[in-house]
Amino acid sequence: MAVAAAPAVPAKRKELSQSYWSLVWYRFKKNKLGVLGGIVLIVLYISFALIPEFLAPYALENRSQFVEAPPTAIQLFDEQGRFQAPFVYGLERRVDVAKRLRTWVPDTDRKYPVRLFVQGDEYQLLGLIPMNIHLFGIDADPREARIFLLGADALGRDYLTRILYGGRLSLLIGLIGQFLTIVLGMTLGVISGYYGGPVDMFVQRFTEFLAAFPNIPLFMALSAAIPNYWSPIAVYFMLTIILAFLGWGGLARQVRGLVLSLREREYALAAKSFGASDLRIMFRHLLPGTTSHVIVIATLSIPGMILAETALSWLGLGLRPPLTSWGTLLQDAATIRAIRFTPWLLWVVPPILITIFAYNMLGDGLRDAMDPYSGRG
Amino acid sequence: MTTTLETQEAKRSHSDTRPLLLEVQDLKVEFNIRGGVVKAVDGLTFDVKRGQTMGIIGESGCGKSVTARAILRMIPKPGKITGGRILYYRRPRHPKPGEEDKVEVIDVTKLDPDGEVIRQIRGGEIAMIFQEPMSSLTPVYTAGTHINEAVTLHRLLPIKKLGEQMAEHIMAYRHVTKEEARAIAVEMLRRVGIPKPEQRVDSYPHQLSGGQRQRVMIAIALSTEPAMLIADEPTTALDVSIEAQILDLMRDLQRTTNMAIMFITHNLGVIASMADEIVVMYMGKQVERAKVVDLFYNPKHPYTKALLQSVPRLGPKTGQRLASIEGMVPDPLNLPTGCVFHPRCPAFMAGKCDKIVPRWTQVGENHWVRCLLYEE
Amino acid sequence: MVNYIIRRIGYALILLVLVSFVSFAIIELPPGDYLTQKIEQLRARGDRSAEQQVERLRKRYGLDKPFLERYVNWATNFLRGDFGESFEYERPVSEILGARLGYTVILAIATTVFTWALAIPLGVYSAVKQYSLGDQIISVISFIGLGMPGFLLALIVLYFAVILFNMEVVGLFSPEYERAPWSLGKVLDLLNHLWLPALISAITGIGGLVRIMRGNLLDTLGQPFVEAARARGLKNRTVIWKHAVRIAINPLITILGSDVFPSIVVGSSLVAIVLNLPTIGPVFVDSLRKLDMYLAGTCIVFLTFMLLVGNLVADLLLAWVDPRIRLD
Repeated sequence: MAVAAAPAVPAKRKELSQSYWSLVWYRFKKNKLGVLGGIVLIVLYISFALIPEFLAPYALENRSQFVEAPPTAIQLFDEQGRFQAPFVYGLERRVDVAKRLRTWVPDTDRKYPVRLFVQGDEYQLLGLIPMNIHLFGIDADPREARIFLLGADALGRDYLTRILYGGRLSLLIGLIGQFLTIVLGMTLGVISGYYGGPVDMFVQRFTEFLAAFPNIPLFMALSAAIPNYWSPIAVYFMLTIILAFLGWGGLARQVRGLVLSLREREYALAAKSFGASDLRIMFRHLLPGTTSHVIVIATLSIPGMILAETALSWLGLGLRPPLTSWGTLLQDAATIRAIRFTPWLLWVVPPILITIFAYNMLGDGLRDAMDPYSGRG
Repeated sequence: MTTTLETQEAKRSHSDTRPLLLEVQDLKVEFNIRGGVVKAVDGLTFDVKRGQTMGIIGESGCGKSVTARAILRMIPKPGKITGGRILYYRRPRHPKPGEEDKVEVIDVTKLDPDGEVIRQIRGGEIAMIFQEPMSSLTPVYTAGTHINEAVTLHRLLPIKKLGEQMAEHIMAYRHVTKEEARAIAVEMLRRVGIPKPEQRVDSYPHQLSGGQRQRVMIAIALSTEPAMLIADEPTTALDVSIEAQILDLMRDLQRTTNMAIMFITHNLGVIASMADEIVVMYMGKQVERAKVVDLFYNPKHPYTKALLQSVPRLGPKTGQRLASIEGMVPDPLNLPTGCVFHPRCPAFMAGKCDKIVPRWTQVGENHWVRCLLYEE
Repeated sequence: MVNYIIRRIGYALILLVLVSFVSFAIIELPPGDYLTQKIEQLRARGDRSAEQQVERLRKRYGLDKPFLERYVNWATNFLRGDFGESFEYERPVSEILGARLGYTVILAIATTVFTWALAIPLGVYSAVKQYSLGDQIISVISFIGLGMPGFLLALIVLYFAVILFNMEVVGLFSPEYERAPWSLGKVLDLLNHLWLPALISAITGIGGLVRIMRGNLLDTLGQPFVEAARARGLKNRTVIWKHAVRIAINPLITILGSDVFPSIVVGSSLVAIVLNLPTIGPVFVDSLRKLDMYLAGTCIVFLTFMLLVGNLVADLLLAWVDPRIRLD
């Protein structure tokens, strides 16, 4: 209603006097979910991608005799119910007659205190600083007893450690893949929108063609085609390239649409009349106008990439051991046998979901902040 | 207190003897939005007689459309009727013998906005047509479907009881059948001047022109034989030549049906040719009310005068600059004190107009104004 | 209208040909593919029957012929219903996929029905009662649903079923019906096993569609024709469903065909892998892992075919419900 809309006018006048980005920041800060998503992502990337070596109590491939040990409970009271500093019990092999399998039970005779900043496996922090301090651990010979907060896998490796390390590959594949997508999508989108003609035809038809494919099966087929004698790193980058290659179409289409409208704006026409080159008009004048849209689209499509990696690796078509990602971890977790006997392996699922939701929340918040009229739905 | 006094006075002074159809008394509508309360309509009082055309005029945002929606209890979400009464003098649509003149007075503001009674009134007894004919028809239904919808809902046909020996005539009614509704639809389309109505009845909105769509809207509205038609800027979105045709059509139809029209517009030229009586609104307040002749030849309120001067005219004084009203429309959240028009008023009296709220004053036969210039 | 249908079908066919070509190219891509490996193996055995078998395989798949000819050969056989032979199972592909194709379609349709039947009412409720508690709850749930990948949800459901209820929610039939001939009991058993995977696969689509429906309906409710319908004295319910929802739903039909149905087909394949359902999803992944190329190629063409049919159906549905498209 005209009546209801009118009072917004003075407020808007004030907003217009600020620059666009500070206005976006101001609006984004008010979106609590968006900010929360952003903070969660920062924490995730720092702990999983930057310093998992420090947070994890053991090294990634540190095997032990404690095959499929269940999560260790941290104790605060001894058998007499007296309060003590946190400690864990040692593990003892036992045969579960009912389930007909071997399990591990706490051995209350052996106690090991839990300590912060303990010395343990050697590693290089950020790939540079040699260190052997871990955030936490227990005071014991690792051959004798270990702390498995999230249990151990079939080779007796600490599962928390594996989830932390696995996050690095999974989280980074989203960022790197999305970066490639943006480069490819924006470049082709701008060219397609600015010049039209054959390039435009190609981009349009190609994106339509890609959209006709069922996306994940196409990922699968392509990554199945990666030769299995390639090195794990090569597989990782090939997979990233495949994800980016199939993802740029949508972005290019959006950028194209924006450029089509932007190129008729006064400032683009003015630049043209001053004799600016096409290249300069495209990348100095038109591209910046699409930035906010691209950021939003990119943020909202990163989770899709992370999920694609997870799904492919889970199905044995993406990353392969010895590479450890959330997807390869899922391979061991997602069987009926695992769910029945080693359900703690499903702890890999929460970080995946948290990452996805954090990205969605951040993306939604950014979209509302950048274009308050689009996010009503 | 004052309200009832005013209405009675208003009634007494009316020379128009036609029976009352609608009486709006001290109507107040507020929108509770973030940042405060907007008084969209504040103390509106007027009445509409059967067969009369009442014009409401004012700038956009002055509350005239809200008034129309208040009468049908269709005010959009944060809006609420916070005061006053809207009395509808209802005559039975299908009277039993001897009850033809029975009048039931309904206070519309007391009705449940989704209830049975108001839904009978809406469309059936008070119909409405809108500003945007291009988008007032649901795109996926034909013109005929729209008319059917209204007709099956509101029109009843008498059941003829042949061979009835009783002297007393017992009337019974039934809903119209599909075929009858279609026949009515074709007939209505013919009456509103749509060519080839037998074919057009199956046309979808996108196959009709803007003028034709407004004709269809009128056909829908009139298909139920309402006692009153609310026309909310029905010609604003149309070309001038089409506008003239639609206005002619409305006048013709009014003559044949004796229905009342409440005509809402911001266009003085349009209203002059349509209305018997005019209410001028400014910022939710009624500033002047008069018969059309009085208002045009003897305007009292400075706002009305300014409005009249801002109409482009053909004539000897060509070359003269068109007058415009000084200043800006005020923020509806921070209305000026005293008379709401004082910041823009050419006859502004310092210390008076910005302090005292003017009262509704009679200045002539059936001529009322809200301005301190006319108070003792 | 006829023109429109022919155009859409023609377009779908062209895409199908392109997709089949690319699929064939992809399945021929891996250097160490199954056939080569097989021939190597047979060669290593070195006896005469092995030589003959190699010769037979060469002939059958025309390994000495150029790529394009092999494609044409494959495609024409495909049209005749001969999808080639699986190397892994050493049986015709059509035999392996057989009933799985049917179950895949059934699961996809059931999921679509769930998606539609839940998303529309929830979206409508959310829009009509904007900012109410119900709206907020629905918004939160749809946000979670939107981000929740079906296969992870299936895993979570499986976890709770196994740990808490000691139930195995896998498969599409109870053991007693597995090999039984079709009967009413078997159909009911199928439905009983079908609803959970369908609901799980539907969750992502529901999340998205609820949000779109809510937004569309809010826009539509502000349209003049809705006010006009109300001014005719229609019941609130009639105004909302017959006039507003009827219009707001149209874009969803397009989205259903172009985005939601594809993600349902793919998502339900992944869910099927977790829940071990007899659809083509598990076979497809398995064939890719083993580079069983004719099996994989058939699966991908079939999945694409489903998408194209879904898209076509959505186009036709839209033309049917929207006269603006039908009559232009």
